[in-house]
Order: sequence, then structure tokens, then C-alpha cells
Amino acid sequence: MITKRIIPCLDVRNGRVVKGVNFEGLSDVSSPVELARYYSENGADELVFYDITASFEERALFTDILREVAGSIFIPLTVGGGINTLEDFDRVLRCGADKVSVNSGAIRNPDLVRQAARRYGNQCVVISADVKRVGGEFRVFAKGGREDTGMEAIGWIRRCVEQGAGEVVLNSIDTDGVKKGFDLEMLRAVCDAVDVPVIASGGAGSIQDFVTLFREIPGVDAGLAASVFHFGEIAIPALKRALRANGITVRIEEDAHDGAD
Amino acid sequence: MIAVIDYGVGNLFSLVSSLRALGAEATVTCDPAVIRSADRLILPGVGAFADAAAKLRQTGLHDLIRAEAASGKELLGICLGMQLLFEVSEEYGEHKGLGLLHGRVVPMKGVVPPSLKIPQIGWNQLHFVRPHRLLRHIRENDCVYFVHSYYAADCADSLVATTEYGAELTAIVARDNVMGCQFHPEKSGNVGLRILRAFCESEGKR
Repeated sequence: MITKRIIPCLDVRNGRVVKGVNFEGLSDVSSPVELARYYSENGADELVFYDITASFEERALFTDILREVAGSIFIPLTVGGGINTLEDFDRVLRCGADKVSVNSGAIRNPDLVRQAARRYGNQCVVISADVKRVGGEFRVFAKGGREDTGMEAIGWIRRCVEQGAGEVVLNSIDTDGVKKGFDLEMLRAVCDAVDVPVIASGGAGSIQDFVTLFREIPGVDAGLAASVFHFGEIAIPALKRALRANGITVRIEEDAHDGAD
Repeated sequence: MIAVIDYGVGNLFSLVSSLRALGAEATVTCDPAVIRSADRLILPGVGAFADAAAKLRQTGLHDLIRAEAASGKELLGICLGMQLLFEVSEEYGEHKGLGLLHGRVVPMKGVVPPSLKIPQIGWNQLHFVRPHRLLRHIRENDCVYFVHSYYAADCADSLVATTEYGAELTAIVARDNVMGCQFHPEKSGNVGLRILRAFCESEGKR
């Protein structure tokens, strides 16, 4: 059976991971390469690298780091942040990204998703939507959740999928940072609207929140979080054991073994 | 030396990095002389079957790969590269592949229940059909990373492992020196690396 995915998201600025604490065996908590390797060896099914740099110089540094990460860990990598043009897709794909996540870029240029899907395939294009309730409807927000676009979110996400987005990351601004659980109502609305994988983001505070997510909404394919993983509040191996104990299929790599040669 | 065949389809960065992490010497190439001198060949690929098959023909790689496989050189197809090993694909019409393995590549739509999403994207378990050296370092139920909308059918004579996605889908195939994985071993963590290692270890032939 296909497994539910657990995805840590790493924000990178000026070549360093922005937040995190020291894990055992990790000498430099803000080294993207070390942290990526740590997560990859401790049960992460995929990693998201989010480029939150502002300047051109920092962007070049980000792609150098991406190349180093992609050359040393061998699980799927999604890259987001500052993706506004096909050249941006090209830039991160050539460094070893498997998927590219677009957010504000798709709001500014509605044709970007279609062009990218045509050039790189749907499986490569992830639409990442920051969504918040405004006056009784779900609205898409831009600029890292600071600006109300006025657009109704479910229809907008559906249009992005029709244009070729192969996956949806739904980040609920309403639950983000609250740590009281994922936004089940919003996720249900998106899962009902699209037939591509949906990744839940925003609100994870405990292992139970992930159990509830996958139990309540079977259509959700993955759970994404940042600080609860980086601060060690949730250890991914323990999370996966709990999910498995609750009848949710997850990938648990057994200890290294060589089999009988 | 392993030649990773470059015919302008897909991203080879991770594949080459994973082979190098295993200590294998890997070269990305479309040069016939390099391909002929390689110990083993890997045929990667993502995207549409028809485009990829056309590119192999235009570049002369179609005949070269067939000749190298006929000489006994080991060949591993990955993802679309695996699908290209078969006789024919039904992806947007009917298109001929390399014809190195019996079988046809058909849509998952109609075979997989409508409740499951297509493409299948994510980690799924392997189920062994028969012993094979590609499996020598992994276990039944180990997970690997899939991204696909089509799968190889009517390939009982080469079937080595399957995965269950509402239906039993072909995951690993092999016949003599021609092998293939529907999933991406270069994106499948330690399990994927072990499969690549098993391929690198197997008897090379010049």
C-alpha cells in the first residue's frame, strides 16, 4: 500500500536553516546539509527547502547549497521560495530538485503553472497555497500570507490543478503556528475539489494531530511541518510508530541490513 | 564504468550522485564510443513515452542500446527508462519501445480503483515475485518512491517484484542482462541505494 508521507520543511536564509535546535549527533543545527541528512536518516519521506532570501547573492548561495544537499541525500526534494519564472524552475531543477513549489509566482503570473507543467511535467509542479478565512470564505493570500488577493481559494487551487499542478500544499494561515492541529475543514474542502495529492501544512503541535489528520481525511497524502520537527517536539520515528499503531500505513526503514549475499 | 545514457530526458543529477555515493564510476553520456566501452548501462527517463522513444531513434541510441543488450551487457531502465525496454506503450496512441522485454505499457486508469489518485506519487512497498540479484540487499515490504501513471503489463516472463496500488503493478522486471525499475531507486533512500548497489555488483560484461 502507498504510505502517508511525513515532510519536514526547512527555511533557508543566507545559507543557513533559520530555526532549529541541536539533535543528538548533529554538530551544526543550522547547516542545511547536516539537517537534511539527519532527517533523511530519521524517517523523513521527503524534504522541502524554502528559500527565504531576498538578494541575488543569497539566491546564488541557496542554489549552491541545494546542489550539495541533492548530491548527498537520496529522497525527494521539493524547492520553493522565489519561484516566479521558468528560469527559476530551471535553476533549481538543475541543482537536483525533484519538484518545484510555486506560491506568489502563480498568483502574479497565472500562466506559470501551465508553462512549467508543459515543460517539466505535472509531477514536477507543486502549487503551494496560503489560505485564510475571510468573511465566510477561503481566500488565497500572497507574499508569505501577508496580502489578501481577494481570490476564493478552492476555485483557484482547482484551476491550478487543471493547468497542470501535480500536487497541492495547503497551508492554513488560520491554524499555522497555533499548534492545535491541522485545519481539517479547509483540507476536506481542497481534497474534495482536486484529484492530485494534497499535503497538509499549518497547525501540527503533537503526534496526535497527525493521527487525527490521516484518520479524519483519508484523501490527505502527506503532513508537512517545520518547527515541531526542528525543535525536537516531535521525533519523526516516534511519529511514524504512532501512526502505524493507529492503522495508518507509513514507511519505516528497518535498521541497515545487507541481506544474504 | 557505468554509462548513464543522456538523451535529453529528465534530471540525472541525483542518479549520478547516488551511483558516486556507492563508489561507482558513473558517466553521463550520449557518445556511442563511451556507451560501447561501458561495463553497464543505465537508461533513465521521465516524461512522455512517445517523445523519449523518438529521441532514442533520432539519436541512433535505439539501435545502439539494442545491440549492446544483445551482446550481453547489463542494462537497467529506470521509470520511463524501464517502460522503454518493452515492446509497445499505449501512452497517447501506440508507440514502439526498444522491444528488449515482452509486454506492453498501459494506463493505470481503469485498472486502479477511481478512489486512488493517478499518478501514483509516493512511497510504496515492494512484493517479491521471484528471487533476483537486484533484491539481494533488500526485504519484502521495503518501500521505494514511485511517480507514474502507466505500468508494464503482460510481462510475466520478466516480473521480479510488484507493488500494490489498488491492483498489483509491475515494480521490478528482469530477463537475463536486461533489468528495470518502475520506481526511482535514486530517490528511494537506503533501499534504493541497495538496489543500485546490487546492480553495480552484478556480473558486468564487456
